[in-house]
Amino acid sequence: MRDYERYIRYRTFPTPWCPGCGDGIILKAIAMAFAELELDPNEIIVVSGIGCSGRMPTYFNTNTLHTTHGRALTFATGIKLARPEKTVVVISGDGDALAIGGNHLIHAARRNIGIKMILINNGIYGMTGGQVSPLTPQSFITETTPYGNIEPKFLASELLIAAKASFVARETIMRLLPLKQVIKKSFQHSGFSVVEVISNCHINLGRRNKMKDPITMNKWIASRSVSKAEFEKLPPEERNHKYPVGILWEEKDRLEYSELYYKHIVPSAKEAAKKSEGKHE
Amino acid sequence: MGKREVLQGNIIAAKAAIAAGCNFYAGYPITPSSEVAQYMSRELPKLGYDFIQMEDEIASLGACIGASLAGKKSLTATSGPGFSLMQEHLGMAVMGEIPVVIINVMRGGPSTGLPTKPSQADMMQARWGTHGDHPIIAVYPAFSEEIYSETIRAFNLSERFWTPVIILMDEVIGKAHEDIEIPDLKEISIYSESDHVVEDLNIYDREIGENPPRVDFFKGYAIHIDGLEHDKHGWPTTEPDVVQKMQTLRMQKIYNNLDEIIKYKEFYMDDAEIMIFSFGVSARSSLAAVQMAREQGIKVGLFQALTIWPFPKRELKERFKRIKKILTVEMNMGQMKYEVERVASDDIDTRALLRANGIPFTPQEVLKAIKEF
Repeated sequence: MRDYERYIRYRTFPTPWCPGCGDGIILKAIAMAFAELELDPNEIIVVSGIGCSGRMPTYFNTNTLHTTHGRALTFATGIKLARPEKTVVVISGDGDALAIGGNHLIHAARRNIGIKMILINNGIYGMTGGQVSPLTPQSFITETTPYGNIEPKFLASELLIAAKASFVARETIMRLLPLKQVIKKSFQHSGFSVVEVISNCHINLGRRNKMKDPITMNKWIASRSVSKAEFEKLPPEERNHKYPVGILWEEKDRLEYSELYYKHIVPSAKEAAKKSEGKHE
Repeated sequence: MGKREVLQGNIIAAKAAIAAGCNFYAGYPITPSSEVAQYMSRELPKLGYDFIQMEDEIASLGACIGASLAGKKSLTATSGPGFSLMQEHLGMAVMGEIPVVIINVMRGGPSTGLPTKPSQADMMQARWGTHGDHPIIAVYPAFSEEIYSETIRAFNLSERFWTPVIILMDEVIGKAHEDIEIPDLKEISIYSESDHVVEDLNIYDREIGENPPRVDFFKGYAIHIDGLEHDKHGWPTTEPDVVQKMQTLRMQKIYNNLDEIIKYKEFYMDDAEIMIFSFGVSARSSLAAVQMAREQGIKVGLFQALTIWPFPKRELKERFKRIKKILTVEMNMGQMKYEVERVASDDIDTRALLRANGIPFTPQEVLKAIKEF
């Protein structure tokens, strides 16, 4: 048994994911990050919403919570504020996090609550059979855009930087070790962190867009990812077809929400209570 | 002896929640319930407890459920529009069997409706608002001391039965200032299973009729809680026999314990020939009307429901053996009157005094309805 395997709940296998899906790679990368940080499984909770990504916590041998569509961050916020010392991980997909859960996402980022989010971006609603998502590339064919997608997609990581997340990174399933490394770094960050992982759904997105096997689709993913430095050198017209990978944004000194709450709000309230003691309310 | 104070209903509920052990509040501002959040934002941190204002009501109940699973006793308060948004997570709390208390200070609806006026029109939303088959507990205080005692009872029931509990109030009950004697903490009975230790992964493993224990995260076992239908481990399943058993377990933990859950008050019922069935602000008008009617020699009594859901079916049936005239008084276009009619046999004359214009009934109006019976 490898080190990371003690974080995997083999009893609940098999997973519902299609053969060739990137979710398995992400599961492994997260488990490897847990193992390298030697985290106690009882001190970890993995929370998810709905979709293919939503099923991932079931396979972690930690505390796990599978919640409602788009709203895993709200449950995780309650858990983190209640138990700030725990490692609270949220796993979400692009439809889950950026469509139905968009409001929760920007507010969790703004609050800088110490949740470690893994945002799996496969550009499609996979579990429901391949409908367009807010991260589906323009002109792509999906089950609900049979004539091509006319909506532009969000730039998820850039949106999160604007929303005041304090750690934002992007990686792809084609690079397991850098992915594990960046997830590990995000777990060491105290504030709200997001690792956007570009993943494949050859079954429900690739199949309808001339990439029906995982290898073709993953090569397409790899061809589009460049380092942050390389990306910045690209002329604007070429940037539309590429995305930078690696750590995109990091604010190390900003206090995490529950830390601020317990260091600022609670002492201020206790001081106020002391002052009003003996006085009538 | 406790301390006598003049307090707003919402504040009484907030104070009672803290007395009941509430140590986590997440909410979103909405009239006429915001005072609960304001009080909690001021008082909870003094005790080292958590308060957070979330981005909406869906998030508020989500955070409360998360905190509850992390071992806290959590509360949120809202009104009709926010309660509509909470229905999704109310279902999650039912499905995961997670204790949480939700206050709904009712205002006129539907939609934005009458934000500053009372109504009793969320009675059915409390019962059936979330999708799927589910039991629910809802209590409804009418008098200041009941706001205190029912809030404590709501927390106890939610911990006892591993379930969300709704405290219904209306704008009058929530906003009115009244005098109240706050009981001493030592006089209050608090149900708590905080010392419960998870013994294995089979967190939902029990036979029908057995009460669930409270199970939290971080107790040394890698437990899984799911909004999907699940087996005894909490792991997702579609196995028909298991699904049916879990559905039944969730129903029966409530319906096998009605004696503990159903609570009501009766006034002038011993020789009553007419019975009023009412709750909340309408029960207050009704009680005054009953007293006026009694002075005029009319034999009328009041059955004030404190537990709205589960409906006090057995209790009403018992009274219908003797009393054949029943008047339901409620501030809506007719909701609980249908529950009363469902319980009443054909020989019972059931009538209702209904209004949904934002103005509570006066005792005189209820008296008129009694006289017309």
